[in-house]
Formats: sequence, structure tokens, C-alpha cells
Amino acid sequence: MTEHNILIAGFGGQGVLFSGKVIAYAGLIDGLEVSWLPSYGPEMRGGTANCSVCLSKRTIGSPLVVNPNAFVAMNLPSFDKFIDDVVPGGVVIVDSYLIEKKVEREDVKAFYVPAQKLAEENNLKGLSNIILTGKLFKELGFCSKEALDEAVKKCVPAKKAHLLEANYRAIELGMSI
Amino acid sequence: MAVVFEKTKGLTDAPLHYCPGCTHGIVHRLVAEVMEELGVLDKAVGVAPVGCAVFNYDYFSCDMVQAPHGRAQAVATGIKRAVPENVVFSYQGDGDLAAIGTAETVHAATRGENITVIFINNAIYGMTGGQMAPTSLPNQITQTTPYGRDTNYAGYPIRVCEMLSTLDGVALAQRVSVDTPKNVMNAKKAIKKAFENQIAGKGYSIVEVLSTCPTNWGLTPTEALTWLRDNMIPYYPLGVYKDKEDVK
Amino acid sequence: MSEKVLMKGNEALAEAAIQAGCRHFFGYPITPQTELAAYMSKRMPKIGGVYLQAESEVAAINMVLGASAAGVRAMTSSSSPGISLKSEGISYLAGSDLPCLIINIQRGGPGLGGIQPSQADYWQATKATGHGDFQILVFAPSTVQEMVDLVAGAFDKADKYRMPAMILADGMLGQMMEPVAIGEADVKLPEKEWATSGHKGKRKHNVINSLYIDPNVLENIVVERYKKYETIEATEQMSESYLTEDADIVLVAYGASSRIARSAVNSARELGIKAGLIRPISLWPFPKDVVAKAGDTAKQILTVEMSMGQMVDDVRLAVNGKCPVSFFGRTGGIIPTPAEVLEEIKKLAGGAV
Repeated sequence: MTEHNILIAGFGGQGVLFSGKVIAYAGLIDGLEVSWLPSYGPEMRGGTANCSVCLSKRTIGSPLVVNPNAFVAMNLPSFDKFIDDVVPGGVVIVDSYLIEKKVEREDVKAFYVPAQKLAEENNLKGLSNIILTGKLFKELGFCSKEALDEAVKKCVPAKKAHLLEANYRAIELGMSI
Repeated sequence: MAVVFEKTKGLTDAPLHYCPGCTHGIVHRLVAEVMEELGVLDKAVGVAPVGCAVFNYDYFSCDMVQAPHGRAQAVATGIKRAVPENVVFSYQGDGDLAAIGTAETVHAATRGENITVIFINNAIYGMTGGQMAPTSLPNQITQTTPYGRDTNYAGYPIRVCEMLSTLDGVALAQRVSVDTPKNVMNAKKAIKKAFENQIAGKGYSIVEVLSTCPTNWGLTPTEALTWLRDNMIPYYPLGVYKDKEDVK
Repeated sequence: MSEKVLMKGNEALAEAAIQAGCRHFFGYPITPQTELAAYMSKRMPKIGGVYLQAESEVAAINMVLGASAAGVRAMTSSSSPGISLKSEGISYLAGSDLPCLIINIQRGGPGLGGIQPSQADYWQATKATGHGDFQILVFAPSTVQEMVDLVAGAFDKADKYRMPAMILADGMLGQMMEPVAIGEADVKLPEKEWATSGHKGKRKHNVINSLYIDPNVLENIVVERYKKYETIEATEQMSESYLTEDADIVLVAYGASSRIARSAVNSARELGIKAGLIRPISLWPFPKDVVAKAGDTAKQILTVEMSMGQMVDDVRLAVNGKCPVSFFGRTGGIIPTPAEVLEEIKKLAGGAV
């Protein structure tokens, strides 16, 4: 299937919007129609933030993901808010270091990655979002690996180029779990 | 026969509509003469206010834009920023500049917008028939202060030059009057300086001209001049409130 | 065609304006158009342009008025409450026959309303952006690419007809990123012999003015302006039709809600319901010819908006009773879902198919 409606949600500052941008760019590089829609407003100042990403071979209608087929949860409020919206058969990736709850639904595929802890242990501070993106890539295969690598390169700003290698390591780490 | 005096080229031949004894005409002539003397009529753009001077777009012979009420200095800002070579002035009354347009005035001033502002303070709304202006004096009787301006109720007049003189962007803030020939000469000097400042890129220059409104003051032209001297000048002392050249 | 990049709608609008030759931007901060002004503040100083943060929306639109009077391509951007403040200046621009571009990234209202996407300013944009008899050109993009594509045309038509143009978008389109290609436009700015930028001793003075104290003169000027509007209504209607040819149920939706309507139309087709979509691109002039034609062939017309129902008035006027016109909308910042719209289509199909 080359149609994905992805929802990434967490606290402002966790890089929710950034990983959404990486995914959207990967889709663009692979020749798909893509859209990226952030929640905006007071969220960006420390509240919850989320990001809708659509990848499709067809023209994208609503860019707002209401029923994701892939959901990345980076904090408990977001997990509680969106877990029931995931379509049956969808993929749920949970940062199990920050969210102790388990997915009670049995009709979705849940994966637990202690991303925050892994980031700290592997000298990848601030890149738990990219570790989770690596895991999402592994489970969903929303693009080619080349496109994902290229997308990371496009999204890391020039003045932070020294962080590129760490981003790649974070992707690999996520994929290895 | 030798020509000893000619009407300034800065004014068109359109007859002015101002009431007898109103000093707008004097100020128009001073502004026009200054622009002619400085040789900037071909690149001058004036901004007309809403108020008695609204029709001045027909009187000044340079390019003119008529602005919404109070917005003349925002419009002037747009013109000046679009074509900085233009010499841009606004010509506004007290209601336009100091009531509805206070924000535009203060911010053009604090930005140091390189424009010239001619401010006619006659302590009343003329065009609409004599209502209280932001510069109406305490106890002054107007159509909307029929018992006199009660400062406990309607507040106090604004002294624009004093207020603007605190702003770093202001190059010149000077109050003049046109009630006597001598004061007319001084007013012209101030207006000239305000234009020269712009040509030299010095920033915001405002000349406040104390003016008469015999019609709405309910006085004859000569009584009005006396009233101005006796009442306005004490409250609004003439003088230079800010001159960047002094600061150096 | 240049390489496609991901860009936010707000930023894409800004870059497109720069490519269209705009070097004068005057604004005041407001959510959700923030990125547009921020982009301008970054780019303009590097290309010899002017970005000026005004003290208010009122001042900003009047700076646009001054810059436009001086003959340059000038623009401002804001969101709903800010557009209300600009409405005075827009009326003066229209009354002074001045071109400019105004961008409204709509949010919920009335009052301070909210900051989420809305289409509740349709009436304001198309019927009354200010006092007096006048119209402005209004364009409603539905993708980030279309936001780019409409900007140069909006400037050109504003210049051609000497009137303000507006891009009416919303928080969703302004905030979202999509792939976009922005080519360098070959800009030919028209001569503006009416501009007030100094007569240089070569002509009589130009006057930019909207005051005509003699009612006969004012009436004549307004009537002449309306002749221009007639030409525009006859020649400048823009819309996109999607699967309308055989459609029993034709949806009419613009901007963000047209995207949701399109998804719902696709789902309806999968269920065997012959649904289609007319997407007005110009809101003024409203594409009434296309909508009227749909009234001849469709059994039902459904207008979908992010408001309590505003454009539906124009749809009804165009259809003129030829078939039933119904409305579905969400408001206050809620984006309708394709499923909700599909339910409405199914309801109508139950009676019509």
C-alpha cells in the first residue's frame, strides 16, 4: 500500500514536527504526493504538539489525519487522546520510556521502543523522535531507505550539519529494534 | 514691466475654499514656497488629511494622495519607502494627527520616518462644524463641550511637540504660529528646515502651526488672532522642542 | 520547472510574491499568518526590498496604499480580525483605484474567535471588505502549489484593473507543507502613468483620491467602476470541475474544504454514487456560469464550507432554483472530515438516486 496517514504526537520540543517533515520529504523524494500539517498555536510553547503526514499516489484530500494507519505516541496525553482513532490493522509506535501504558486494543500492531532512554544511552540526546522514525520506517516501509536518508539530509539545517551523522545513527538504532 | 512678486508655483490656480480669516491659506503658501525654493516640486508628494485641509490635493501643484482619516503618516511612510527619492510630506489637522491618527503619528515619529509633517493645531474640529479636538483648551466651548471642556470629564489637551520630542527618531519638533508677520517668517523658516532635514536624510520632522478657526470659534478674524495669542500660545508655547542638531 | 521542495503555505505565498516582483511588504503579526511576515523580514533586506512591521493592521494597509500610489507592487497579509481592521484602507484603495495584494489566512470568528482554520470571512471578502459600492478580486487556492500559482496572476489582474486583489486562504493551507515548485517568473511590471511619484516637471500633478463631494460626479465614477466589474465577471471566472459531467450530486467547495469534499466525492464514487465537485478558484468574480450549468444537470447541489454557510448564497443565486441546494459546514476552527461529508452525500443520494 502506498497510502499512509501518519500521526505523530508528543510534547512541544520533542521533535514531533521535525520527524513529520523527514517522513514527508522521504515521500516527496520517492515521487509520492505528500502533505504535512502541524497543530499550531499555544501547543508550540510547551503543550502537546502533533503532526499529520499523508503520503499517497493520489491527490491528497484532507491533510488532517483523523484516523491514522500509523501513530507514533511520544507522551501519555497524546497516547490517550489518539489511540482509539487508529484504523484497525494500523501500526502504533510507543515511546515506552515515557509511556508506561500498554495498548489494550488487539486490532492494531503495537511496538514499544524506549526511545528517550535509548537516545540518552547512545549519545543521541534529543533524537528520540528520529529513533522512533527509524522504527516506523521498519514497520511501515513508507519509503525507500535511500529516500529516507536523503530526506534526513534535507531536513537537517546547514548550520547543524554536524548532527547529520547522529541522525543516521538514530534511524539505524530505531530500525534495529 | 519687471515682475516684483509672483504667486508660488507650488500652488495650483484652484481657489482655496477656506473661511475668511482661517490661517490654512497662509500655511499652504509657506509650504508651497518652501518646496519651490528648495527645487523639489517635481519630486514632492503630499498627503492630504481628512478635515478642513482635505481638498489640499487640488491646491498643491505637486503629486498628491488623499489619505483616510488619521492615516496620512502611514500613507506617507508607504510612499517614502516605495520611492525614497521623493520628498514626502503630510499636512494634517489636530483631529487627524492627534486623535484618530495618534498611533500613526507616534510610530512614524519613533521610526524616524524620513518625512515632513505639517501639523495645523487650531484647537477644534473645523470640517465637521466645531467639535472638541484633542487640542481644545481646558474650559474651551465647542459644539460638543457646550459648557466648556471639563478636564475632569473630557481630559486634557495633548501637547504634540512636547510628547514627540521624547522620541529618538524625531529630528525636529517645532511649534510656530502664523498670527503676526514676524511669526509667519519664523514659521516659514521652520517649515524650510523640516523639508531640508528630509532632503538631508535626517529623519522625522514635524512643524506644529498654531492656527485660527474664526468660524467655529465664533470670532471675527482679528478677534481670533487675539484669542490665539491670549489662550493658545500660553498653553502651547512656541519654540523648538527637539532639534537633532542641538543634541550633537 | 525548478525542483520541488516542501514549503509551508505561508512561506510559499511570500516567495511567490517576491518572484512576482513585489518588493514592498507591510504587516502586523497575527496567528496563523506569522510565517509569511517572518519570511518577508528575512528575504526583503537581501533583495533590496522593504519589509516594515507597522504599528497596527490599520497602519499597514495604509502604508500599502501609499506604496501602491507611488507605483510599486505592494502587499500585506493578515488573518481574520486583522482584515477587519484593514477594511477601512481596502475601501479607500478601491475608491482610489489602487492595486495591491492582501492575504487573509482565515481563522475562526467572530471577535477574537480562535486561531484554527476557518472560511467564515467569505462574505467579508466577496461582499463587504469595507464600506461603499465596490468589489475586490478574490482568489481561493486549495494547495500550496496553487497558492504560489495564483499570486502572480493576482498582482497582474490587480494592476490591469487597478483594484485590490485578495488571496483568501486559511490556517490549514497557511500552516501545512506540500511539495512546491516556484519558478522565477518573467515579470514585466506595467507602466503606471497615474502614480504619484513626482511629476518631474513633465506633467500636471497626479492626484490619488477617493473623495467626490458632488454626488453626480461620485455616481458617475462608481458606475464606471461597475462597468469594469462587469467585464471582470464576464471574463475572469475561475473554477475547477471534478467528475461533474455525469454527476447527480455536485458538491461546491473552495480552498481547504474543497480538499475534504474531493475525498468525499471519491468515496461516494466507490459506493456507486455519482458525485462530483465544482471548486471555485475565483470567489469574486464567483464562477456562476459553471455553477448555473451544474444546476441544469445535477439532481442535488451540496455546498461544503468551514462556516455556517456563506458561499452557499452565491451558489443558490447561480443555480436560481433549478435544483435543490443544501449546505454542510463546520465552523469555529473545526475542519470537517471526509466521512462527515460522505454522510451528507449519502443522505442526498437516498432521496435522489
